[in-house]
Amino acid sequence: MTDVRDRIETIVRDSDIVLFMKGTALFPQCGFSSRAVAILDHLGVAFQTVDVLQDPEIRQGIKDYSDWPTVPQLYVKGEFLGGSDIMMEMFEAGELKQLLDDKQVARA
Amino acid sequence: MAMAADQIETLIRAGIPDARVEIVDLAGDGDHYEARVVAESFRGQPRVKQHQRVYDALGGRMGTELHALKLSTAAPE
Repeated sequence: MTDVRDRIETIVRDSDIVLFMKGTALFPQCGFSSRAVAILDHLGVAFQTVDVLQDPEIRQGIKDYSDWPTVPQLYVKGEFLGGSDIMMEMFEAGELKQLLDDKQVARA
Repeated sequence: MAMAADQIETLIRAGIPDARVEIVDLAGDGDHYEARVVAESFRGQPRVKQHQRVYDALGGRMGTELHALKLSTAAPE
């Protein structure tokens, strides 16, 4: 279990923005993941994706890591921000753009 | 692998006693729901924490029995 935590820790620290999702940014395999990608695309930020369908260990591990039962999951500078509903709420309120500006994340 | 809307509502209310819960069956298939949960005890809590409290109330069903729940949470205005 510690190994998975270490792997996830490394992944979320290696990029400013990491989205754990089902499928890829180009071919999302679930509506919620698709929505999460669309939001990040719209904000014009650079982001790394991890396809949990390709990695059963990460698929379970990420839920334990964040104490969050579903995918997608968004991490900004190593910090868990939430799932697609929270992303959408924050996006619509302008809070997501603000937060990403404040954290000075890399642009796409 | 589906849950009834009133079962979801009952679980959320049991876990968050001060919650007002509205459930919408989005697709009419008993598997894709939207839940809006408003509770005074959410006040001052970050969104992640609010959502986690709802997921906790659902007791591990989220992501298994309950596949798609579009969730929004808030404290009363």
